[in-house]
Amino acid sequence: MAEPMRIRAQASGGKATVRILMAHEMESGQRKDEAGRIAPAWFIQEVTVTHNGRPALSAEWGPGVSKNPYLQFVLKDARPGDTVAVHWKDNRGETRSDEATVA
Amino acid sequence: MKTHSAPHPPASSRRQVLGQAAALAGLLVGTGLFPRLARAYSDQAFGAKTVQDALGALGGGALAESADVTLSGPDIAENGALVAFGLATTLPGARQLLLLVEKNPVPLVALFHVSPAVEPAFSLRAKLAQSSAVYAVAVMDDGRALYARREVRVTLGSCGT
Repeated sequence: MAEPMRIRAQASGGKATVRILMAHEMESGQRKDEAGRIAPAWFIQEVTVTHNGRPALSAEWGPGVSKNPYLQFVLKDARPGDTVAVHWKDNRGETRSDEATVA
Repeated sequence: MKTHSAPHPPASSRRQVLGQAAALAGLLVGTGLFPRLARAYSDQAFGAKTVQDALGALGGGALAESADVTLSGPDIAENGALVAFGLATTLPGARQLLLLVEKNPVPLVALFHVSPAVEPAFSLRAKLAQSSAVYAVAVMDDGRALYARREVRVTLGSCGT
């Protein structure tokens, strides 16, 4: 199971800025190790976010997203106490889900 | 509904914009996400003498630079493994926001499906294999693809170099 994501959601003026730091190697499939072997591609492909259980955002990523991906976006119509859940799935089929409460 | 039309560029930069639109169209076709663009993409786009003709060849004027699509990012990145970008549009009716890096082995970095629950604005960090043009593309409900473009110079590339 991957390391947990760090999720911060801060409400202001009826919206919430959500900042997420995911833990993932995000291997592009281009990098060679010391022995010259290609490190196989291993990266988050799908990200979905729900707000109070309702789908809010979905994204598809390629190997070009940086290691330990950072993602920031703004939820409309959000207030303190709301739940934000983030789920990712990588190209190996591994997944991770984490939740946070809007502050 | 207010329709947006890009300002007409001066003659000296038409070739530049034509080249940009064609390069971006090539990247988008490569993603396999735009079958309509794939059918329209042709030598006609490269042979066109005006920006309008090039855009017409790419699917009825579907691809256009727009001041209402924004791409924020550095001019110079010291570490190609971690380059921070912000992509956004102020236009209503955006269905997807894409980030593409022209010279990456896989140019499409991220595709966001815009829903009414979020603002059409995203920040993330991307890898740049080398200095490259970077595009933010907003795909609209009506099929138009509007883009903003930046040149980013990388002093230490990503992808194992």
